Amino acid sequence: MSAAPALRFRHRHLLGIQGLSEDEIVALLDLSETYVAFNRSAEKKRELLAGRTLINLFFENSTRTRTSFELAGKRLGGDVINMQAATSSIKKGETLIDTAMTLNAMHPDVLVVRHPDSGAVNLLSQKVSCAVINGGDGSHEHPTQALLDALTIRRRRGRLQGLLVAICGDILHSRVARSNIHLLTTMGARVRVIAPPTLLPSAIDRLGVEIFYDMRRGLKDCDIVMMLRLQTERMQGAYVPSIREYFHFYGLDREKLAEARPDALIMHPGPMNRGVEIDSEVADDIDRSLIREQVEMGVAVRMACLDLLTRKLRANEDGAQGNGNGEQR
Amino acid sequence: MASNGKPPLALVDARLLDPASGRDEKGGLLAIEGRIVEVGPWVNGEGLPADAEVIRCAGHCLAPGLVDMRVQLREPGEEHMETIASGASAAAAGGVTGMVCLPNTDPIIDDVAAVEFVARRARETRLAKVYCYAAVTKALEGRDLVEMGLLAESGALAFTDGLKAVADAQVMRRALAYARAFGRRIIQHPEEPRLAEGGMMNSGELATRLGLAGIPAAAEVMMIERDLHLVAMTGASYHVAHISTAGAVEVIRGAKARGLPVTCDTQPAYFTLNETAVGDYRTFAKLSPPLRSEEDRWAVAAAVADGTIDCVASDHAPYDQESKRVPFAHAAAGIIGLETLLPLTLELHHKGQARLIDVLRRVTSAPADLLGLPQGRLAKGAPADLLLFDLDRPGRIDVDRLHSKSKNSPFDGHPIQGRVLRSIVDGRTVFAAEA
Repeated sequence: MSAAPALRFRHRHLLGIQGLSEDEIVALLDLSETYVAFNRSAEKKRELLAGRTLINLFFENSTRTRTSFELAGKRLGGDVINMQAATSSIKKGETLIDTAMTLNAMHPDVLVVRHPDSGAVNLLSQKVSCAVINGGDGSHEHPTQALLDALTIRRRRGRLQGLLVAICGDILHSRVARSNIHLLTTMGARVRVIAPPTLLPSAIDRLGVEIFYDMRRGLKDCDIVMMLRLQTERMQGAYVPSIREYFHFYGLDREKLAEARPDALIMHPGPMNRGVEIDSEVADDIDRSLIREQVEMGVAVRMACLDLLTRKLRANEDGAQGNGNGEQR
Repeated sequence: MASNGKPPLALVDARLLDPASGRDEKGGLLAIEGRIVEVGPWVNGEGLPADAEVIRCAGHCLAPGLVDMRVQLREPGEEHMETIASGASAAAAGGVTGMVCLPNTDPIIDDVAAVEFVARRARETRLAKVYCYAAVTKALEGRDLVEMGLLAESGALAFTDGLKAVADAQVMRRALAYARAFGRRIIQHPEEPRLAEGGMMNSGELATRLGLAGIPAAAEVMMIERDLHLVAMTGASYHVAHISTAGAVEVIRGAKARGLPVTCDTQPAYFTLNETAVGDYRTFAKLSPPLRSEEDRWAVAAAVADGTIDCVASDHAPYDQESKRVPFAHAAAGIIGLETLLPLTLELHHKGQARLIDVLRRVTSAPADLLGLPQGRLAKGAPADLLLFDLDRPGRIDVDRLHSKSKNSPFDGHPIQGRVLRSIVDGRTVFAAEA
């Protein structure tokens, strides 16, 4: 195994992008890059996490993110266990903290947690002695999604700085939007948010973005167009009057896309609602759409996160002659 | 009277602070049979009854015991969080000699039997005096009025649906009008419930960053504005609980200038902390209404100083660990406050934002007058409910040393100045600090 460069990563957990420095983001992206090549080779197995246990603890349904973390863990040689909250004791009234303590007693090395409540992953991270990766918490953050988006963009455009990125759709409820805003603004990109006012959180401009209610004007000269998923239950009168009206004004189609730069690229964190926020013709345009590439980058980014967060732990044990399971800290 | 054979009590060599009369001078006080019989500079060590118990105050402040106009005591129903006895013991330690509890117990205080239960339990504890409000609407459901007349007769000091706003304008109109016949106020939790629905903290940049749904300041302001129209229609007395916004302060200031019978209170957190206390999802900083912006905090402090805000109450809301050690969205809203009311309120004086006599008025004579209670003043004939405190002694709040059964306070470690030395109820010492 090649000696990795000394990374300046000050954190025990990866709970969000807010708080990461530009250097730390670059370090994560550079490391991810090495895993992209690795994943494309025929032999996709390393022993980096041999003997390590990774638990995917999901309190919310997810196929894509969970599978991506599972593959990442397995390709690095770790033991991966998936726990879906619906089948666990959570439903029996056990509190989040009890669950955390129980899992902690089993000495996992990394916990990946997704939870429907903002801040739940932060709370859990305070109660366990292993590294915690936020797999998405409420409307707060989804850091690995922002990292994989950034990696995807950087590979196509060679940089993030100076790019004009539009994030469109349900910003109000979106953790993906928040993590992306933090990452892109930290890296020197210009970010616009495009949405009807009912789907914008208050004071969003304080996060360093420009606000547009008119999608055509918002897309003007953009390099990157990031679409967000709009949950069906939010489209029937509560936040927007109808799907039809939403698609008319905020759905990405050829016509609106024409306002962006001719080489503008399209992204979506998935799963897509075709015909609601994005037109199939646009989503499937192999020259413009990065949607499948985002999925590929997801595995590489998650491998990099696992690598980085367990690095300190591995270094400690090398020094202490490997005293078994995670007595880190 | 149970005071048979109780010796007279004399407190001498004190700094007398009586907000009701504006008195601030050296002197002493004599109480016989639980009532103040003499107060003034002429009460010194001489000429006292031979059997009097004499307490030398060494120049410390002697003020009326605090009257805390809004606490939750969780009894009956949730005694593992607080009982009337544990709450009264916390009150005594905090210098609170009288307090009024909200009707949101289980069962709810919406009938005469419940009011009498609270009164009986309070008598048994023999610490701070405990009064109660009754609900405005049966089962706090916001629809049918309680038996206000009978409840008023049995001792309910005012009517409030506690942590819930009376949202229906017609119900509120009738409640105000009906309560007027019995000389009682309606106390409103000022929050437009639909606008606040799902909200967890103040709307704004911080809520957006944390991904927590916000409660706009307007939810408070618009509910008060609506009610003021109903007050003008009915001529009834109306009190707004825990003001948290600059907007609400402005609206109430205007209403008072127009002569409407409106009063209001706040609690120390709203002039001590702002929304940043939520920080990294600290559930101890989750309140209802939520902690607001720095501008709001400043406006609330100024309104306490100038009297636009009539009273300061502790808003004591005990919750156990399980109610707070959960994701922010599911955490109970509220903090304990009986034992931090005095030092946090004194902070306004120590920071030079308000006169000492004025901040004391907000926690003594103002709430007592508003509720028609005889205490809260150093006056001949008034109950000898007293508070002796050291105004300047510095320290830090240590939640582990508080008497309340619950420990949910965002003020652990908060530096304070001022300490309760002795609390006296009806001439009887119910708390004395260790030396």
